[in-house]
Amino acid sequence: MEKKPTQEITRLQELTYELIVGQAMSPKTITVSPHDTMAQFREVLRVNRISGTPVLEDGEIVGIISIEDLIKALAAGELAATVDEKMCRRLETLYADEPLVSAVDKFARLKFGRFPVVDREGHLVGVITQGDIMHTLLRRLEVDYRAEEVHRYRASHIFEDIVADEAALVFGYRIIGRDFDRAGAASGNLKTTLSRLGFDPRIIRRVVIATYEAEINIVVYTDGGEIVAEVRSDRIRIEALDNGPGIPDIDLAMQPGYSTAPEWVREMGFGAGMGLPNIKSCSDQMKLESTVGVGTRLEVIIYADETG
Amino acid sequence: MKLREVVNTTGLTVRTTAQRLDVEVTGGYASDLLSCVLAKAQKDNLWVTLQAHPNIVAMASLLDLAGIIVTEGQELDASTVEKANEKDVCIMTTDHATFTIVARLAELGVPGVD
Repeated sequence: MEKKPTQEITRLQELTYELIVGQAMSPKTITVSPHDTMAQFREVLRVNRISGTPVLEDGEIVGIISIEDLIKALAAGELAATVDEKMCRRLETLYADEPLVSAVDKFARLKFGRFPVVDREGHLVGVITQGDIMHTLLRRLEVDYRAEEVHRYRASHIFEDIVADEAALVFGYRIIGRDFDRAGAASGNLKTTLSRLGFDPRIIRRVVIATYEAEINIVVYTDGGEIVAEVRSDRIRIEALDNGPGIPDIDLAMQPGYSTAPEWVREMGFGAGMGLPNIKSCSDQMKLESTVGVGTRLEVIIYADETG
Repeated sequence: MKLREVVNTTGLTVRTTAQRLDVEVTGGYASDLLSCVLAKAQKDNLWVTLQAHPNIVAMASLLDLAGIIVTEGQELDASTVEKANEKDVCIMTTDHATFTIVARLAELGVPGVD
């Protein structure tokens, strides 16, 4: 079995495109002068607990020097030498407004420990290490994760927080007819909402299947309509409404495999005549009313205290 | 078995996000009819299909599938890839036919759902 190269885009990689170098760098920059001695440079490293700095002369970056250069100087007994003699002159910098992915690439390509970060005028604004990148990515991932946790926490307590004999939340979703690009968006948004509200995944699955089929029916057959979900802690009622063309024979439409979908819709895998039967099998109660030329109203009730 | 192992041992090409490669695959389902998939496929299942249009992404996302395997070298629409990355849906492609891939998955011990 041959193994093909895989193109993998992880959330981390995505983040390296979303974030810029300036967000990950250390802005407080310690620098040394080319005229400093290696002994002075050693003190700078020790006091600031860092492992390298850019070398600045008259505000211009002239090189970069690291702990490795110091170790070599120590081994050669050249602590009195100047930074100018020992620094790396090959100037590789990053712009603060470049995407972080440029930094990742540069570290991988050049194997440097750090890069000075400059603005577009060439002024030093910070230094970036691989550790800075890792730290920034981890912090960002944690923020993303926490944001969803907070949503979940807030929403899942909402029914407990409401003081009423009966409480219901109503969510409305507009469905645009013939817009296959957006088909499924309403079901997806309802799914996100219900899971944040803390409903059992098995209940959510049934709601989502019924809603998706209703949504697809509106997209395929009508010029548009709406889906309204009325959510209580013990049951979810979904209403799908459209303004036509209507179903001439509901009993026939309910038969598995019966479909009036056009060929091109079937080619996409829709219109197999399984939509309404699917809705029925997911519902505790289902009511379908339709008038030809006027519209269709579908009502589905799913109890949340039952499982499966 | 993790999705990553399935991908490696069956030579699938991962075309969208690699976020779900560590998901433990719970089973598989093959069909080109979306309603059947909706009714049958379960969370963390693999779905094997010929369909490559953007609506397969909604299916995988709504059902929390481990991923979609698009067979017979079907080219994915650009918007399919874009949507899948947005929704963290893993789409893999192969030149093999659906039957061949399903047989390989069965060999690996991925159970079918009925």
